[in-house]
Amino acid sequence: MDARRKSEPAPAKNRTTVERKSERELVVTRTFNAPARIVFEAWTRPELFKRWWVPKSVGVSLLSCEMDVRTGGKYRLVFGNEASNPMEFFGRYIEVTPPSRLVWTNDEGGEGGAVTTVKFEEKGGQTLLVIHDLYPSKEALDASGFTDAMPETLDQLDELLVTLGA
Amino acid sequence: MVQYNRARLDASFAALSDATRRGVLEQLGRSDASITDLAEKFHMTLTGMKKHVGVLEQAGLVTTEKVGRVRTCKLGARRLEEETAWLERYRQLWDSRFDELDKVVEELKRKEKIDGRKKKE
Repeated sequence: MDARRKSEPAPAKNRTTVERKSERELVVTRTFNAPARIVFEAWTRPELFKRWWVPKSVGVSLLSCEMDVRTGGKYRLVFGNEASNPMEFFGRYIEVTPPSRLVWTNDEGGEGGAVTTVKFEEKGGQTLLVIHDLYPSKEALDASGFTDAMPETLDQLDELLVTLGA
Repeated sequence: MVQYNRARLDASFAALSDATRRGVLEQLGRSDASITDLAEKFHMTLTGMKKHVGVLEQAGLVTTEKVGRVRTCKLGARRLEEETAWLERYRQLWDSRFDELDKVVEELKRKEKIDGRKKKE
């Protein structure tokens, strides 16, 4: 099997790309130096998923993580700090096809939630991961992003206005 | 994409190199205004103000919309800059997630290798 092949020296860090493909779509890509079954496992086993989904830099922790990873199964993630209000993310898996495809809904936003499709494309022992978020409308995509972005972008705008006023 | 951004930046800087145009942006930061309003405020002719607004519009800093006989100007770059900044932050989030995911993946690979060896023995 492939696993017996000598592993090649680790190449430089793989690049993450993000693109707004259309008014309603966001696409994230990244290559992993492992076969699809391994990357898929890390996405679908809750105890593994928990270890990477919330990087430390985000400043919140994953308080609970329930994932019933099968077609029609549900998930619920709760984030927060002890002090602040927890944020909940939940939805349903529409398609689970190991090790190549995962599709889920994002229902916490009500009608405006995106459908997320994750594709695991294996090629020569590596896996190209493609995460595709499809929003019901342009407004829904804008709203989802800019809610997060607002405080910082407003700071930037303030800076710009200060510069202009100077 | 990079090229596009650079051209855009050049246009923005050129547009911002003029004191009147900076004043117009500041003004539009407070509220939208018609070209006539702006011309009055900056003591200029309508034609002169139209030129300035044209430069700002080309740089993507201002958008204009004609309703009836009035052309209204508003800040245009804000959205674009917000979107660019937001996309970059979104990318960074995924990038740090994936750095952690790399560790999990490496661990699974090692484990699979050891298990594979055991099976053969």
